[in-house]
Amino acid sequence: MRVRFTGLKAWWVQRLSAVYMLLFVLFLLYSFALQPLREFSRWHAWVARPGISVAFLAFFAALLGHMWVGLRDVLLDYAKPAGLRRGLLAAVALGLLGLCIWLLVILLGLQG
Amino acid sequence: MGREPPGTGLEAAAASRLRRPVFLNLTQIQMPVGALTSIGHRISGVVLATGVPAAAYLFALSLRDEGGFAQVAALFERLAFKAAAIIAIWALAHHVLGGIRHLLTDFDIGSPLRVARRSAWFVNLAGVAVALLAAGVMW
Repeated sequence: MRVRFTGLKAWWVQRLSAVYMLLFVLFLLYSFALQPLREFSRWHAWVARPGISVAFLAFFAALLGHMWVGLRDVLLDYAKPAGLRRGLLAAVALGLLGLCIWLLVILLGLQG
Repeated sequence: MGREPPGTGLEAAAASRLRRPVFLNLTQIQMPVGALTSIGHRISGVVLATGVPAAAYLFALSLRDEGGFAQVAALFERLAFKAAAIIAIWALAHHVLGGIRHLLTDFDIGSPLRVARRSAWFVNLAGVAVALLAAGVMW
């Protein structure tokens, strides 16, 4: 499987994810302004609502895709010896994959 | 194919490129404001990326149980946490505003130099202003 997000595809990933994350953050601010979730039970119940969980899931997907394209660009520009660059890119990819699994487990755990 | 004599063609071009003066002292180069916005966009992006694992941990902890939620809430009283939050808020504000500026440029809005300079100043200053505002709210 090769999902590398390069060239025009990376350009789209970066922009679509940015727009979704911006809308999601504005939605979060708006929701918290309407009803501050100061107790565990209300916070937990709110995030566990299917629509909210799916919105969080899409946010995390957008965040990880956006992070991959951005960190990859930075490493391609500054990580100089090719070996170091390859190692760092692999480390970032692994880290993001781990984050992805972890966040999925958190969200799925809420549905139980 | 015979080898080219020295001093001609590609070799000569490469040699003359090497002789060109290179001055990359970042402490002495006068950077235009757009360059600061651009570098700020990268720096704020990397800052945000390093904060994501910690944020994911706090998200998980706050959803685990009553105790975890209380732990996360208590963090907001700690000075070091507040300082980290303000840096994260600066990075987010700068990155989002700079990102919107990029998106507008994609649609050819704000590309002329005068406008681009003004929006670059706006992004740099507004990022700091949002961070100061957040600091004012937190203390």
